[in-house]
Amino acid sequence: MNGPAPTPAGFRAVALAVAGRNLYNFLTNPSFIGPALAFPFFFFVSFAGGLSAVSGVPGFDFPSGYTAFQFVFVLLQSAAFGGVFTGFAIARDFETGFARRYLLAASNRGGIVAGYALAAFVRGLIIWVFLTAVALVAGMRIDGSGVDLFGLYTLAALVNFAATMWAAGVAMRVRSIQGGPLMQFPTFLVLFLAPVYVPLDLLSGWIHAVASVNPVTALLEAGRGFISGDPVLVATSFAIALALAALFTLWARGGLRSAESAG
Amino acid sequence: MSGSLRIQVGQLARRSVLRTLRQPAQIVPALVFPLFLLAVNTGGLKDATNLPGFPTDSYLTFALAVPFMQGALFSVMNSGTDLARDIETGFLNRLALTPLRGAALLSGLLAGSVLLGLIQAAVYLAVGLIAGAELAAGPAGVLVIVALSVTITVAFGSVGLFAALRFGSGEAVQGLFPVFFVFLFLSSMALPLDLLTTDWFHDVAAANPVSYLLAAFRSLLIEGWEPGPLALGFGIALAIFAIGMTAASAALKTRLVRT
Repeated sequence: MNGPAPTPAGFRAVALAVAGRNLYNFLTNPSFIGPALAFPFFFFVSFAGGLSAVSGVPGFDFPSGYTAFQFVFVLLQSAAFGGVFTGFAIARDFETGFARRYLLAASNRGGIVAGYALAAFVRGLIIWVFLTAVALVAGMRIDGSGVDLFGLYTLAALVNFAATMWAAGVAMRVRSIQGGPLMQFPTFLVLFLAPVYVPLDLLSGWIHAVASVNPVTALLEAGRGFISGDPVLVATSFAIALALAALFTLWARGGLRSAESAG
Repeated sequence: MSGSLRIQVGQLARRSVLRTLRQPAQIVPALVFPLFLLAVNTGGLKDATNLPGFPTDSYLTFALAVPFMQGALFSVMNSGTDLARDIETGFLNRLALTPLRGAALLSGLLAGSVLLGLIQAAVYLAVGLIAGAELAAGPAGVLVIVALSVTITVAFGSVGLFAALRFGSGEAVQGLFPVFFVFLFLSSMALPLDLLTTDWFHDVAAANPVSYLLAAFRSLLIEGWEPGPLALGFGIALAIFAIGMTAASAALKTRLVRT
């Protein structure tokens, strides 16, 4: 039996309903919101506080200081992990059977994925506001203009969307929280194989070789350029972020097909 | 130890060891994750050895202490999750019907942590030395590093047992992982205490026992035989073990009364 024809209004209604429920769960459950805020906080505190002496390494030349240097990494990391945690929520919805009810009830199933992505973005916004406040309290220097900062947070939003699509694709294929490591580990890997602690020029050996071809390196360098008011690799970084978002949207679409076939 | 207690501990220890060996999902992440971070941090922070006062010219040697601590954190999860599963599935209730003593239960359950500690120590040390880390204490230092690793792993394992008995849920035990990671993050994990230039971070790290556990490993790797840091490291590990076991024993009594 065919359902009602998909309409833009149906898509929007489904997306808002899914996002609303996901955000309600996130905001009302301390075991979800706690780690989501605590992880970036402790990464930031540990890196910016514990490694501040690294800015004294010969050749380290970042005008806005080490706190700002690390803020960009933690911001992009929280964006990516916001997406991964949303993937966990999708997997949990499949385990509890709730996602199957979504599939049955939604007039436009693409709206389900869009709803999760919207929830991931709002979760990301909450975390970024918190993280930025912590960084400012810690004395972070921002040399970039308002436009630069808009570029930085837009980049974070694109990373968040790409990571959500990646995790959603895995979650809808595996349909169990056991797929968690598969969502998490590659994300962790690609983030940490970039110039996390020092600029790319100061890396050497295998890590330099890997970081040089890692797309996250361009995102980090662009982000650090934005915060220091000296934008670099802007077009490249946005092209990479958009390409990742498009690629993982296709991946998530395949995941949705897989979940639909499984019934 | 009386004969009957020995048999009880032996049976539970055998079960704990087999259970650990049969769950690669427990062993593999505890080996792979710390070694991955070791590789990344060593590559990324190599130039930190150029900072005045850095104790060695090999960041790998300095950082090799960290996997031992991360491995111990996995022991909290593994021992706690196993016991929580026993509680959730009703296995502990069945044990409560037997004349099993609490001490035997707790000691036996930690056998898996001992095994995990041994495997972790052997792998971390072998990989580190093959990759070029130095071991200033020489071959005898290997034995002390293994002993320290096992002691710390068992100490943290006892905390996992307490958490499982107190909360009775695997999810709650898993939720402790970030809490313990915070202790690692707010320590002298990445740089020596003297080089932590942010005042408040230095103060927190100086008050954090994990800094001294790391210092004990580093003393063997970088300095050679330094009795002070070693005694402090073993002392802190034994204190954590004593606190963990005391808390676990109390929680076990409450848990058995409840059942």
